[in-house]
Amino acid sequence: MNFFRRRKSLNTQIAHDTAWSFHGGLVLPDHKALSKQHPLKKAALPPQLVIPLQQQAGGVNTPLVEVGDTVLKGQKIADSKNPVGAPIHAPSSGKIVAIDERTIPHPSGLPAACITLATDGKDTWADRAPIGNRYSELPAETLRQAIREGGIVGLGGAAFPTATKLTPTHPIDTLIINAIECEPYITCDDILTQHFANEIIRGIDILLRLLGAPHCIIGIEDNKPDAITSLQHALKAKPDDRIKLTVVPTRYPSGSEKQLIKLLTGREVPSGGLPANVGVVCQNIGTVYAIHQLVMQGNPLISRLVTITGEGVRNPANLEVLIGTPIHQLIEACGGYQENTGQLIMGGPMMGFTLEHDQLPIVKASNCILVTPKTPEIKQEIPCIRCGACEAVCPAQLQPQQLLWYSRSGEHEKAKKHNLFDCIECGCCDYVCPSHIPLVQHYRYTKSEIKTREQEMAAAEIAKQRFESKTKREEALAQEKEDRLAKKRQQLEKKTKEQHTDGGTKQDAIQAALARVKKKKDAQDAPKVTEPASEPATNPTDDTPTPQTAAERAAAAAKRRAEKKAQQSPATNPTDDAPAPKTAAERAAAAAKRRAEKKAQQSASTNPTDDALAPKTAAERAAAAAKRRAEKRQSSAHRGPS
Amino acid sequence: MHFQSAMSPHTRSAAHTGTLMKNVLYALVPGVLISTELFGWGVLINLAIACVTAIVAEAVVMKLRRRPVAPALLDYSALVTACLLALSLPPIAPWWIPVIGVLSAILVAKHLYGGLGHNPFNPAMVGYVVLLISFPRELSQWPAPGDMLTHTLSVTETVRFLFTGILPETVRLDGITMATALDYTKTQLRLGDDLATLASHDSYGWLGARGWEWVSLGYLLGGLWLLYKRVISWHIPVAFLGSLLLVASLFALIDSTYFSPPLFHLASGGVILAAFFIATDPVTASTSPVGRLIYAAGIGVLVYVIRAWGGYPDGIAFAVLIMNLAAPTIDHFYQPRTFGH
Repeated sequence: MNFFRRRKSLNTQIAHDTAWSFHGGLVLPDHKALSKQHPLKKAALPPQLVIPLQQQAGGVNTPLVEVGDTVLKGQKIADSKNPVGAPIHAPSSGKIVAIDERTIPHPSGLPAACITLATDGKDTWADRAPIGNRYSELPAETLRQAIREGGIVGLGGAAFPTATKLTPTHPIDTLIINAIECEPYITCDDILTQHFANEIIRGIDILLRLLGAPHCIIGIEDNKPDAITSLQHALKAKPDDRIKLTVVPTRYPSGSEKQLIKLLTGREVPSGGLPANVGVVCQNIGTVYAIHQLVMQGNPLISRLVTITGEGVRNPANLEVLIGTPIHQLIEACGGYQENTGQLIMGGPMMGFTLEHDQLPIVKASNCILVTPKTPEIKQEIPCIRCGACEAVCPAQLQPQQLLWYSRSGEHEKAKKHNLFDCIECGCCDYVCPSHIPLVQHYRYTKSEIKTREQEMAAAEIAKQRFESKTKREEALAQEKEDRLAKKRQQLEKKTKEQHTDGGTKQDAIQAALARVKKKKDAQDAPKVTEPASEPATNPTDDTPTPQTAAERAAAAAKRRAEKKAQQSPATNPTDDAPAPKTAAERAAAAAKRRAEKKAQQSASTNPTDDALAPKTAAERAAAAAKRRAEKRQSSAHRGPS
Repeated sequence: MHFQSAMSPHTRSAAHTGTLMKNVLYALVPGVLISTELFGWGVLINLAIACVTAIVAEAVVMKLRRRPVAPALLDYSALVTACLLALSLPPIAPWWIPVIGVLSAILVAKHLYGGLGHNPFNPAMVGYVVLLISFPRELSQWPAPGDMLTHTLSVTETVRFLFTGILPETVRLDGITMATALDYTKTQLRLGDDLATLASHDSYGWLGARGWEWVSLGYLLGGLWLLYKRVISWHIPVAFLGSLLLVASLFALIDSTYFSPPLFHLASGGVILAAFFIATDPVTASTSPVGRLIYAAGIGVLVYVIRAWGGYPDGIAFAVLIMNLAAPTIDHFYQPRTFGH
């Protein structure tokens, strides 16, 4: 169902010389006569200009002036350090009265930083240093820098910094000048071409030199016969066989960059690629004029042509407007609103965006202010019947009906596979849809949805990587610690092994002790009274060369332990200056002695009979107990690690 | 001053689905008139019964689904379904035949799948198949073309017959019915006759089935008008008729005593109606141009296969439904090349 297939051109008197075409597109009622009735005029100097700091793609501009500063027309008032960017210049002379957030003309309707300039009415220029005819001798880089400094951006609507666009990544053989102006209602490029054809041809020469390109094609639709004639005259007056004027049939969206390249050269810019990929650079005809004005006059981009049109405006016209001029003032200059206005649109009816009010400034990208009449009824959306009218008109050769299905069902992968991101949002599918489905809106939503999700996924991926590297780092740290500990453990084990060898000697000692005990026992069997075991305890300081009995050894061990303790904690024993500087060992021995004596006394008191054969003294008993313990320990030592 | 805000584009064409559907209905007029002339008032009465049923069913379902009723009726899709189904039915079928058929089409094939735009199968063809399988006798009783009758039924006689089954006393049922050419050919070929002897039978006309060739011409006229109005694209009719012609020619060349000539196939049964009005239903067809060519060529081949070797004399409904089934797969494999890819 291709209702809106190409029809023969309405202006059949103009011959087309296009060998190529692009898929789809629409022949729309153009409504261009509306704004061409009145001659081009300059909009009056407004009392205040509101200049948004960000009017282009790329670097964010920061103000170079402060509130209260006096500026001259053409003086740079904002710039960014980003090489992709374009500075802003004062559109007129006057005083900076505010630098603050204001609503700017943007689809989001959100406020952004603006410089407000109160004009002084004198419109005094700052010093200008035009390059003039020297441009042909200057290196490309100097010209490119001048274009950047002149704040020049693409005036077709996207406002991409021109200097960047003129820095191609591939060799360029063709410069394409876009004079198509395919959106209905808009005529500013048409009027500009009619008035400044000679300047435009000179501008093309500048660009061809800058790019070192051998060819230039000016593409223009056949519904602009006056502009075509002007260009033909200009080319006749100053013949240039590098420049070719190509008239194309009026068909929306032939002004779309990729479609225009296909139409004029037959080359297809690869998906996701740039015109430079096929050896082409495209410039809007308005931009070419701005470059001419910059190079030859030294004028930075501070004004542009704007079409004020639509059935909602009394006297539609084209105006030369300073950037920052409020829209309501332009409407007033065109006789004000008609009754029953509908929408206020910046741009054309197909791709422009609506503004909620007219207290907004003109920016570098504003090519048209369109006021539509009130639409009588909003047509109700009904289900898609996959008639394919959208597919037939899609200049990107997409299947809008399938994309709608996937957009609605949230099948993002499938939408991407059906090349949703190749959609140029031209609105052709919406226009023809017999079910009145807002297709482009669905695609915009899904695109942003996918982008958001991909960003989220990328963020999650980064977070994951960070987490993983953190885990790795921590693991490495833990490993290091482990290694250190293992080393320490090894050292410790080595030490314990050494101690074990000590233990060997100890066991020998124990064996020896056991032998001695046996000997003693044998000796005890003989009627001989042993020396009191308490003797070593009563004389602890007297370090006996070799302890003979287990009791002696126990006492000696107690002393060693006490000594060790005393060495380990000398600080815990601050009584260094105590009158009796006994060592812990001495004190322990003394205590043992006291305990033994006490016991001896007790046993003496309970057992007053002084008898040789009487039971042994407490000291003896204590010694015996120590001996038993020693034996027990010995047997357990035997059971221990051997 | 405050202005309305909206998303671009801010302008729309006047195209409307309802207008498209109305154009389809207008395009049926020549075929309907010729049909009525040949087969009697039953054609129009069938249409009326089907249309009323469709409007009532659509309204009730939309109400039940709590959707706005008016837009659903104003898109005329239910009427298109009803008319296409009614025109596929024998004009002397009893009144409940179109009623059951339309209810199956609107309720089951259309709304149970989600309504307009969501049904995978052509609703009219689903309705037809339901009837064909459930009531084969009623569906095979085709009236003889008017030029063969001694008595043509008047409007009141037709109405009485359709609603009560009572014929005027002088008329007997087999006096007004006749086997269609496709039916007769199939039966006789099975019995071992060859085409040369069959061609002299009453059911044969100058090109295809007697009378049907004129009806087909009427539908062809309407179909060409739809193409001119760009309501349909050329892909489906051309591929359908082309493939049927090709396959029929091939087999006719192999054995002309058994396989009917290719033009007989085009001018018999519902081929022309299906090629321009039924297979072109965008909802159930493939959506890309190449996909549509494959889809329609598939229908052509299947129609021939069913006619030549299948159990039914004509196979359009089955062929369309089978290719409906294949359409999503075809779309999957024949996505057109996107700009810059």
